[in-house]
Amino acid sequence: MEFLNNLLDQLSTAYELLAAGWGVQLLWGISWTLAVTVVSMLIGATLGSLVAAAKLSSSGGLRFIGESYTTVFRGEPELLIIYLFYYGGTQVLTGVARSTGSIGPTDIVNMPSFLGGVLAVGIISGAYQAEVFRGSFLAIHRGELEAARAYGMSALMRFRLVIMPQVLRLAVPGLGNVWQLTIKDSALISVTGVAELMLSANKAARSTHHSLLFYALAGILYLVMTSISTPIFEKAERYTSRSFVRPK
Amino acid sequence: MDSNFYLSTIWSVLKALPLTLEIWLFGVAIGLVIASGLTWMRASGYKLGEYFARAYVFVFRGSPLLVQLYLIYFGLSQFDFVRHSPILWPILRDPMYCTILAMALNTAAYSSEIFRGALRAVPVGQIEAAKAFGMPTFTRFRLVTLPIALRLALPAYSTEIILMTKATALASMVTIMEMMGTAQKIQHDTFRPIEVLTCAGVIYLLLNLSIARLFAFVEYLLSPHLRPPPEQSQQIKPVPEVL
Repeated sequence: MEFLNNLLDQLSTAYELLAAGWGVQLLWGISWTLAVTVVSMLIGATLGSLVAAAKLSSSGGLRFIGESYTTVFRGEPELLIIYLFYYGGTQVLTGVARSTGSIGPTDIVNMPSFLGGVLAVGIISGAYQAEVFRGSFLAIHRGELEAARAYGMSALMRFRLVIMPQVLRLAVPGLGNVWQLTIKDSALISVTGVAELMLSANKAARSTHHSLLFYALAGILYLVMTSISTPIFEKAERYTSRSFVRPK
Repeated sequence: MDSNFYLSTIWSVLKALPLTLEIWLFGVAIGLVIASGLTWMRASGYKLGEYFARAYVFVFRGSPLLVQLYLIYFGLSQFDFVRHSPILWPILRDPMYCTILAMALNTAAYSSEIFRGALRAVPVGQIEAAKAFGMPTFTRFRLVTLPIALRLALPAYSTEIILMTKATALASMVTIMEMMGTAQKIQHDTFRPIEVLTCAGVIYLLLNLSIARLFAFVEYLLSPHLRPPPEQSQQIKPVPEVL
């Protein structure tokens, strides 16, 4: 009985805290997390396809650049990359502004926290996406590329009509993994001060001293986000492979 | 270029390497034990165990490690019974133990999936052959299933281990002065983040590259039957002329 009362007490405190405005904070946190993830994925897709092309190119120099990119950005702690872009960005911006004389010698130009965070997470995501794209390209049947060549298709046409649709189809499951990874990496952006889910939960936990409640809520909300994306990617997989009927 | 600054930074960060390795080693080792338990639950055929393992993997793979760490370090201490427990409290008030615990619980979820996949990938013919030889279940597991599954799991598991090296950096978020924490302190003292973080980054990269090399070597050792046969000329010894 006492245990039940206790639980009811806890639940009503939780409700009061959420109704007092922390609930709205967490909802804003979710939207920022999604914004960070989407923008990072787009940056990652752009960089990732360029890096994949570099890794597949016949030039040794380009291959070396692509190889180094994926090794470095998959091998470093995410936190380090985020600090590098955020604090490093501040260092560069301040240096430039001081040398042009637009600020005083003791002033500081801060890196915009959203930009710094999104660049860092996007570049990390790009390293993983590059591997996904490269794998998908290598899985395309050689004969199809040769056939396209034999028909006299230009490089652009080959890319648009033969390579692109197939890479997309084969890359969707891998991109789903990277998306989940990027959602989880976005929690680290809280160190730069972007008010995403982790930072909102952090603020709520520190100011109300109900850390268990808010970190558990944050955990559950991350779980919801990652599990909702699974069926979405499954749908995307069905859509991109609609012209491929698996032989029974 | 201020080479003295770089050298002293690298030296200070390197002095924190043992702490990073300690977190890594204990996290990975405890995680391996939990992962084996989870894999066994999944493979045992008991419905309850299977559901537990599934739920465990879902929760720990679906949320960021940072949330798990904060939940353990800040969240659990809210319970009165945790604070008054003579066993739990000394563990849960220490950021070091909390980090190791969070890492172990997290990596266990990923590793158990890797092990499960490897177990399923063991060729059925091998197991059938072992059965046909009349091997008891445990002997069959020890001599046939386990060695093959271990070798199959190794590439994916080495990736997971490298992810864990990267995860040790999160310990700096709960006041531990491992390599990342040390680098951050130097960065705040000197306000030269690019130089400091580059030094730390080089050390992390070298660490990860050596771990990857180590695993590649173990994989090489474990798969002698997949290597091309050595050159014939080396095999045939030249006949001594004295005969």
